[in-house]
Amino acid sequence: MELLNLNIPSWSDLAYWRPEAILCGTFLAALLGDLIGRGRRPAISFVISVFGLITAGAYSVAAVLHGGAAHTIMGDLIIVDGMAAFFRLLFILAGLATVLFSWTAEEIMGRKRENKAEFFYLTVLMTAAMMVMAEARDLLMLFLSMEAVGLVSYVMAGYMRTSLRSTEASLKYVIFGAVSSGIMLYGLSLLYGMTGAMTFDGIRAGLLAGEVNGLSLLITVILILAGMSYKIAAVPFHFWCPDVYEGAPTPVAAIFSVGPKAAGFALMIRFFYTTLAAGADPSASAPLIELINWPLLMAVIAAVTMTYGNLVALRQLNVKRMLAYSSISHVGYLLMGFVLLTDAGLAAILFYLAVYTLMNLGAFFVVVALNNHIKSEELDDYAGIGFRAPWLGTMMVIFLASLTGVPPFAGFAGKFYVFTAVMDRQWFWLAILAALNSVVGLYYYFRVVKAMFLTRPAEGADTTPLKIHWLQYTVLAVLAVPTLVLGFWFGPLKVLADQAIGLLSTGM
Amino acid sequence: MMDVGLSHFVVVSALLFCLGLFAVMKRRNAVGILMGVELILNSANLNFVAFSRYVQHTIDGQIMATFVIVLAAAEAAVALAIVLAMFRNFGNVNAATATSLKR
Repeated sequence: MELLNLNIPSWSDLAYWRPEAILCGTFLAALLGDLIGRGRRPAISFVISVFGLITAGAYSVAAVLHGGAAHTIMGDLIIVDGMAAFFRLLFILAGLATVLFSWTAEEIMGRKRENKAEFFYLTVLMTAAMMVMAEARDLLMLFLSMEAVGLVSYVMAGYMRTSLRSTEASLKYVIFGAVSSGIMLYGLSLLYGMTGAMTFDGIRAGLLAGEVNGLSLLITVILILAGMSYKIAAVPFHFWCPDVYEGAPTPVAAIFSVGPKAAGFALMIRFFYTTLAAGADPSASAPLIELINWPLLMAVIAAVTMTYGNLVALRQLNVKRMLAYSSISHVGYLLMGFVLLTDAGLAAILFYLAVYTLMNLGAFFVVVALNNHIKSEELDDYAGIGFRAPWLGTMMVIFLASLTGVPPFAGFAGKFYVFTAVMDRQWFWLAILAALNSVVGLYYYFRVVKAMFLTRPAEGADTTPLKIHWLQYTVLAVLAVPTLVLGFWFGPLKVLADQAIGLLSTGM
Repeated sequence: MMDVGLSHFVVVSALLFCLGLFAVMKRRNAVGILMGVELILNSANLNFVAFSRYVQHTIDGQIMATFVIVLAAAEAAVALAIVLAMFRNFGNVNAATATSLKR
């Protein structure tokens, strides 16, 4: 009996893991820079973070260009493949945009008592942890990476530590997070007991080899889904989402709404695709999915999530809270790709996630830029703001139209692929429900546009043009241009997403 | 003398899990909720160790349990810091009073 099946990690493994290693180093360097500056020089940490993220991004791009097969590193705990490369780029984009934009955000830089540098290096650390989430291929790494992202985000949600709302947001986040990850861990332990394996491949082999009881597998999957749907904020684990987004500083809410969500989806794709669905032999995969009635389970979660998010968003008068509920409904659309665990559906999720990252970050950043001037996120205070900051208003219209899914914008292409993926397999009721939901979305997204451009400001209100920092315009333009262009020129991104999933199914 | 087998461990851990879940739902005190979370994490740990002994016959599960213990400590540190911040702002640690955000 061999007690330890050790596969000793070697230094050469780091060659495939450069972006993550660079980000970890960046985190330490920025922390050190903050200590040298005695907490009064956030610029040091800011510059180090930006350079670290750009370097890591350059290495990630190089890895995509080189392509190549999947590599299992760090003693079989981590796999670096096409999907990992895809998510690396996505997370670095989100992290870099957030760090750059926060430099001019009053909610971060205008605070008196907080250490501003903390925000920058915590964002870098969170980016690194999210990248590991997309690379985990073992239960140990799955749990460790999820907790790493969680711990950083609890702290970031409570960044404004003297603010009542920020503290409450982080308290709710940490309590819900700890409970749901505990429930997930219990589910993982049951899965380990059923199959006697820690790696995803081993779990799949164990499930196929042994006589698995359908009911116990269903209970286990539901327990695991509890932890994961908390990360992506799917109903019924969405309670924290609106409160945290409203209470946390807006730049933090911006990265929460795209980063951990996308990382949660990456983890779900790799975990459930590897354990339940087979890439190579579809004949063997059907029983496992059918055994627990996975399609119906996911279809119901997706339908409830999108409908709930949309209906509650209708009533919101706070733009941040409205965006929080809208992000819940987008999780519903994304979950549609999971219903059949097919390559087409998963590639559609990747495509939609990329588009969603661009447009949702953009919408949140516009809220940050406006908050710098009007110190409010209430819809009433947005009256006539479009004329005081015409470019900002125009970009908000682009992001909101794309979130709605109106044809010339990227959101339409994303929705199109997800919808066709379910319609291919005759899930018409789900597609019709999603289409109806998109129409509902039109109402609350365009209420913001209406407030900005069609409503007169109150008597005696300030009507001077707003001065927007050039850095903010640059970041917003970098997000808005692809949101427009990807609407009609989406081929390359689609190819990248297809390749990422294709490698996932053959790389085992 | 009764032989202690896998089923005993699994039953105990299931009981622990239910007790933890009950504590999480019933407690209003934030520290009490965190204690419930500890019970849940430890029930999973017990499972991991027992399965590693009886099912897999390697120490993978024990390694997992060790990591979970460390993570639970890290999580408790962060959570207690947040509870402390809550006490400064709200004057108590009752999770039910934290309702300044809109429902």
